[in-house]
Amino acid sequence: MEALAISLIKAVPFLGAVPVWAVALVLMVAVAAVVLAFALTFEGVGSLVLRKVAGDIQVRIGPNRVGPNGVLQFLADGVKLILKEDLTPASADRPLFKMAPYFVFVGSFAGFVVVPFGVGLIAADLNIGVYYVMAVSSLVVIGILLAGWSSNNKWALLGGMRGAAQIISYEIPVGLALIPAVMIAGSLSLQDIVRSQGGLWGIFGWNLFHNPFTFFSFFLYFTAAQAETNQTPFDLPEAESELVSGYNVEYSGIRFGYFFLAEFGDMFVVAALTTALFLGGWNIPFFHAETLPWIWGNLLSLGVFLGKAFTIVLIMMWVRWTLPRIRVDQLMRLSWKYLIPLTFFNLLGVSLWLLVFNGKGIPAMIASLFG
Amino acid sequence: MAGFIETVRFSDPYFPIFVLLVIALVTAVGMVFLSQATGPRKYDKIKYSVYECGVDPLAPASERVSVKFYLIAILFILFDLEATFLYPWAVLFRSLGLFGFIEMIIFVGILMVGLVYAWKKGALEWQ
Repeated sequence: MEALAISLIKAVPFLGAVPVWAVALVLMVAVAAVVLAFALTFEGVGSLVLRKVAGDIQVRIGPNRVGPNGVLQFLADGVKLILKEDLTPASADRPLFKMAPYFVFVGSFAGFVVVPFGVGLIAADLNIGVYYVMAVSSLVVIGILLAGWSSNNKWALLGGMRGAAQIISYEIPVGLALIPAVMIAGSLSLQDIVRSQGGLWGIFGWNLFHNPFTFFSFFLYFTAAQAETNQTPFDLPEAESELVSGYNVEYSGIRFGYFFLAEFGDMFVVAALTTALFLGGWNIPFFHAETLPWIWGNLLSLGVFLGKAFTIVLIMMWVRWTLPRIRVDQLMRLSWKYLIPLTFFNLLGVSLWLLVFNGKGIPAMIASLFG
Repeated sequence: MAGFIETVRFSDPYFPIFVLLVIALVTAVGMVFLSQATGPRKYDKIKYSVYECGVDPLAPASERVSVKFYLIAILFILFDLEATFLYPWAVLFRSLGLFGFIEMIIFVGILMVGLVYAWKKGALEWQ
């Protein structure tokens, strides 16, 4: 960011008197505003698309009143949430009750910071990117526990405890299923991982097709991430038909809205991680995005990345409206007795493959057969 | 102020994250203020009571929670730490070679014994 600020000062003559740190700070704020605007727009449009997809799957129309075909429904929902009364139940623990939505909102938004949107489009390319996402996604657990406990409501308490147990149980398979991509790239930086999947093979450079074990770990990750973000086959913390809404039952207005927005934010972060770690990220098939002119390389790679990520989001919505909810004991059994041992054996398989074949994937071996 | 700014390293890769989180928090708090400024505010005893599907709440919700949740939390700490240890190993996997592989098999093997023990003791049953 500082290098960008220095080049900007050199390029624009009247900035000469402004110190570097001020320009860098303004740039950072601008980047932050753009990322926040993207996140909020995605969360709004995502809620509309979710309802439309639900309508299509259940053979009904879905929202169709506000604007043509109901496309402005999410704006109306947002305005409505802000205009509602912000009430705190009399028996609630007031400071904790008010704090919980901020934890959830900021925690889910923090994941957007390291999403590699394009060749040079990343808010902060941390050298511990994958690790960072794992860490900040745990902030949501604190928010959910706080919300469930401070509401002083039995539904909320049960939902909060269930939510915390579920998210921490599924965090282990999520973390272990991401390791194969880290091993292949030899780096935790998301940009390095995306670059390691580049090359002129198009889609065959993706980690998904590297070897049978990475192919399997993609599905392990997708299943566990679906549970970690409380999507429907695993939406026990919310379970509107048994817990009436779970940990957010006492919330109203915009504070409820934050839980809702965070859910969609998590959805995008999961889809973006899936894209970056297994589906080649912003790599454009048969092109080296880095060698294109800056603006075209970034625009094209941004389009490719968003296309892949939104496809994953649509698949998550499809799963969400297709499968029925499972029971708590089934949920815990799936995580501890199936996913965790499977991810361990999968990890063993990946490391054996990388040792035996010296880090080469199947597409690379086939390519070397033909010279 | 000027002295403080000299000490801040703007090239630090974590600085944009800090700026971003501050802006997210400011936006979140701002929207709540907007909501409080524009929303209605009418007191009603029933409205401010705890929601229990229309029935008067029988007892406060600060009951004891099933021990299963604590067991899950303890197991989580063990296995999450283990996953944490696996990440540096994964980054250096290529250069460690066979040595790193065998070391990690021993490490994971010991933890798998732990998982099997918890499994046999019934810590993973949810009844």
